[in-house]
Amino acid sequence: MEMNPETLAALGEPNRLRIIELLRAGPRPVNDIRGRLKLRQSQASQHLKVLKDVGLVEMEPRAQQRFYRLRAEPLKQLHQWLDRYRHIWEERFEALDEIVEELKRKEQLDAAGKDR
Amino acid sequence: MQQVRTGESTQRNETIVERTADRELTVTRTFNAAAHIVFDAWTKPELLKRWWAPKSFGVSLFECESDLRVGGTYRYAFGRDPKNPEVFSGRYVEVKPPSRLVFTQLYERMSDAGEVVVTATFEESQGRTRLTLHQLFPSKEALEGALAHGMERGMRVTLDQLDALVASMR
Repeated sequence: MEMNPETLAALGEPNRLRIIELLRAGPRPVNDIRGRLKLRQSQASQHLKVLKDVGLVEMEPRAQQRFYRLRAEPLKQLHQWLDRYRHIWEERFEALDEIVEELKRKEQLDAAGKDR
Repeated sequence: MQQVRTGESTQRNETIVERTADRELTVTRTFNAAAHIVFDAWTKPELLKRWWAPKSFGVSLFECESDLRVGGTYRYAFGRDPKNPEVFSGRYVEVKPPSRLVFTQLYERMSDAGEVVVTATFEESQGRTRLTLHQLFPSKEALEGALAHGMERGMRVTLDQLDALVASMR
């Protein structure tokens, strides 16, 4: 599956991840995001721009305010992608199952040999 | 606590990956064999060579040396190109066959990130063995880096963070 490396890089910055987590509860205006995360105006704008550029958030003007909301799709893709970590282990364990079966058979044969 | 599970059927032994703390990652799986068998498959180089490298990633384990005793060292070299391998190395801290193994693990390409302490426990019950692989990272960042660098590059977010995010967006 294709995963946009920019999405990953965007989430690599702790404050941006905090913004994403904050937006889970629903859309919020810029000032609220900035206040809650104690970011300077310029920092907040910069982080939101990065997140918007990779499609993780979108902006919608409401009255006099700019609200930001989370977009689900890139996160779902990312989740699937990261899920591959578990797949690495799963694949190893399946190969390990075969070896374990082989060792079990060998042990049974050896035991049968001793009994004879 | 967030978990990721697979294996719908009861026939299949499911692999569970959990972020048990900021810098702890736990992988759990049951095997249909006695603990001493699973322990051997985990510690004997000739057996490790046959399962450790995930084949679908096109990687192989080129070298596997292991001096299985307290204070003894091990080294796994793997990857796609034997001339430029990825190397995991470390030292055995506790060796208690067939139930417990503690070792340090250093990913040499990212040695600045420090060592991971891995505790593998093999709990046997009714002929089956539950393996718990508890990985304690030197820092939260190192854990997140490992998720990224396991096989991929550039990943910085964690499975449980994403689980929570994705779950909250349904």
